[in-house]
Amino acid sequence: MYEGAVQDLIDELGRLPGVGPKSAQRIAFHLLSADPTDVRRLVDALIEVKARVRFCDICGNVTQEDQCRICRDPRRSATVICVVEEPKDVVAVERTREFRGRYHVLGGAINPIAGVGPDDLRIKELLTRLASGEVTEVILATDPNVEGEATSTYLARMLVPLGLTVSRLASGLPVGGDLEYADEVTLGRAFEGRRRINA
Amino acid sequence: MSLYRDEGIVLRTQKLGEADRIVTLLTHTHGKVRAVGKGVRRTSSRFGARLEPFMVVDLQLHAGRSLDIVTQVETIHAFARPICQDYAMYTAGTAMLETAERLVEAEGEPAPAQFRLLVSAVRALAEGAHSPSLVLNSYLLRALSIAGWAPSFTDCARCGAPGPHRSFAVAQGGAVCGVCRQPGATSPAQETFALLAALLSGEWGTADASDERHRREADGLVAAFLQFHLERQLRSLRLVERV
Ligand SMILES: [Zn+2]
Ligand SMILES: [Zn+2]
Repeated sequence: MYEGAVQDLIDELGRLPGVGPKSAQRIAFHLLSADPTDVRRLVDALIEVKARVRFCDICGNVTQEDQCRICRDPRRSATVICVVEEPKDVVAVERTREFRGRYHVLGGAINPIAGVGPDDLRIKELLTRLASGEVTEVILATDPNVEGEATSTYLARMLVPLGLTVSRLASGLPVGGDLEYADEVTLGRAFEGRRRINA
Repeated sequence: MSLYRDEGIVLRTQKLGEADRIVTLLTHTHGKVRAVGKGVRRTSSRFGARLEPFMVVDLQLHAGRSLDIVTQVETIHAFARPICQDYAMYTAGTAMLETAERLVEAEGEPAPAQFRLLVSAVRALAEGAHSPSLVLNSYLLRALSIAGWAPSFTDCARCGAPGPHRSFAVAQGGAVCGVCRQPGATSPAQETFALLAALLSGEWGTADASDERHRREADGLVAAFLQFHLERQLRSLRLVERV
């Protein structure tokens, strides 16, 4: 244990995802010896992100406006929606350059043991978007693991009867993995070979 | 003993750091085990698909100071795939996994009967021969029995007077006779008593033939039984899709 401010910093850093006590200590001492202007920039970035970044009214992606860049872009097709779990998955799919439609970010996957059910995700918002009739195809791009698959199963069962073309990313993606770790070639191929789900 | 080998079923996974997962398993010989699957979230991982919930695996672990580390894993039964392609199966199955995790409280204490029951229940679920919610209820009643809380649905749970009886009290252990009956006991349908008894003993003919109304009543009574014996609420139970 360190005294006062140093320990407070280590405790705060240790609460970040993927940062253990040893890493927290290392980062804290790095910051202590760093140039004050560098630290100032980090502080500004943290304050800025909390003050200005919000979630897109339409798709749930991160944005600094009411609506994200993709939802505002008139060149993107409004007839196809790609459903993903997290904003970082939008980045992963964008990297493939395979997709020219819009997104819908669920905010996670159905995971009953963790207490996350359908009502805890942005599924109602997805149905509201589909109600206008403009969208004709939905691509389910949840993570290729048990929770992601089950979430797609749930969504497909709800969406197919609405008369939409519903498809799931082709296998070839590593099962058990995170979408964000799929390289753009593999993910691009999974997109091209997406499998249509019938009732 | 730094390296050990066992069979296990994956109960739960949690993200750890950049690309690892903490995997909670119920094993045959070592009871509940929490182990780290290194790099399993990466595309190059050979292990990822095998360390998913519902998978039954043969694995080798390296005993660590706080968490063990998975060093090898081979699939025995790939139940994950059929289960996550059916939403009712998935929600019933997760309630089974969470129950097993809660009933086998201590890590490292052997619970071979709970292990065998869970594997056979998950197999029955994945094979789809019975309604997922019947498989779940049957599993819950038997898992509670193994844990020492066997209910009775025919003879009186208190004095053993031969049934059938008309009253049911969760706190008293199930069916109760007119003498043992305390205020607050309910009176379920006789068919519901019969269904519960069939689920407990595995008479699938009777269970499959039961009608909707009695299944709903049995769902409520089994859930009440489970919650009575578990200290905290089961998170996944309210999300079970009852079809
Ligand atoms: Zn948007
Ligand atoms: Zn009695």
